[in-house]
Amino acid sequence: MRLIITTAITALFSLAAQAETPVDFQNRFATQAQQENPAFTGFSVERGKQWYASTHGREWSCASCHSSNPAAPGQHATTGKVIGPLAPAANPERFTRADKVEKWFKRNCNDVLGRPCTAQEKGDVLSYLLTIR
Amino acid sequence: MRASSLFQAYSRTLLITTFILTISNAHADTRIRTPKHAVWQQECSACHIAYPPQLLSAPSWRAIMNGLDQHFGTDARIDQQAHADILRFLEKNAGSGELSTSAKPPLRITETRWFIHEHSEELPADIWTRPEIKSPANCMACHSGADRGDYSEAGLRLPQNLNIEED
Ligand code: HEC
Ligand code: HEC
Ligand code: HEC
Repeated sequence: MRLIITTAITALFSLAAQAETPVDFQNRFATQAQQENPAFTGFSVERGKQWYASTHGREWSCASCHSSNPAAPGQHATTGKVIGPLAPAANPERFTRADKVEKWFKRNCNDVLGRPCTAQEKGDVLSYLLTIR
Repeated sequence: MRASSLFQAYSRTLLITTFILTISNAHADTRIRTPKHAVWQQECSACHIAYPPQLLSAPSWRAIMNGLDQHFGTDARIDQQAHADILRFLEKNAGSGELSTSAKPPLRITETRWFIHEHSEELPADIWTRPEIKSPANCMACHSGADRGDYSEAGLRLPQNLNIEED
């Protein structure tokens, strides 16, 4: 009986957690990038790094809220609230939940670029974030 | 059985205390107690503290929730299910109509008559734009326990070169 309950709880827990790894996201972005652009040749850390720091001719960059060093905590540009580091090496919760990652790319890309990010952009920036130790 | 009726009495006291403190708050150990609500806590505390529902009226919360796509210069859209859930929670725990400044429901706690009254007397007018404060909506800059609903005098952390008059 106890065994059944333990198994049930473990199963429920893993269902609820839906944990993924940053590399799972990288692979998914690669598949999407291929669909968006047949000439896709892979992600670039250098491009991701520059993109992260750029304001794209508007008000904010990713660094405005996530700090110019993604291994360090950031601060929301308007409210001043402290935001945990974005680099997975510094914050193991990052890029482990699909609903969270999707929600924030949608919002933050809209705030920074005024449009959704392409899969190429998401993959480039994630590749850059994964080089941060 | 005894434990649960004790709990009920306790929650009733909390409710009454909250109401009195929110409306009159003459106390030095003000706590704003908000019922637990996981979705609201998670969704509305990502960019700032989850502002207590008691500090705005129901019409104000409705107006805020209707404009999340352009929420004070940022995109704060949430999915339909969470939206309905949070709106219900905010309406249920909202403060009274006395919180409004005019016929139009305010979108900011910091624009309510209550807030302005509570913060005008002892604070210099330039306080709100100082770099370490940034914005009146940054409650945590002065109330170090604001994320726990603690607005007591003991939790007050004002900029060092600032003296407030005692009343
Ligand atoms: C105006 C402030 C702001 C800007 C600008 C901003 N973000 Fe964010 N971002 C946030 C906040 C707030 C969160 C949620 C808080 C948290 O998760 O700690 C967040 C969360 C995220 C997440 C969720 C990660 C996870 O799995 O937890 C990603 C991905 C992200 N941001 C990427 C970006 C990228 C890429 C840019 C630049 C295009 C950017 N952000 C610009 C405020 C911002
Ligand atoms: C993506 C970031 C973000 C999210 C998510 C968010 N907000 Fe905000 N909110 C802001 C910003 C930015 C401001 C303006 C802060 C300022 O002026 O200092 C603000 C201000 C407010 C204010 C006015 C504060 C005042 O009195 O001046 C209220 C009320 C508010 N938000 C409620 C909510 C509620 C309710 C939710 C959840 C449904 C929510 N917010 C989620 C970014 C966010
Ligand atoms: C610049 C600093 C500052 C900021 C920012 C600030 N407050 Fe205050 N607040 C004060 C001071 C000073 C008092 C008066 C303290 C006293 O009389 O004990 C006060 C009083 C209060 C009280 C009444 C406390 C009591 O015991 O009567 C409440 C409630 C309160 N603030 C809520 C808020 C909320 C909510 C926010 C954010 C939306 C906020 N404050 C932002 C400085 C600030």
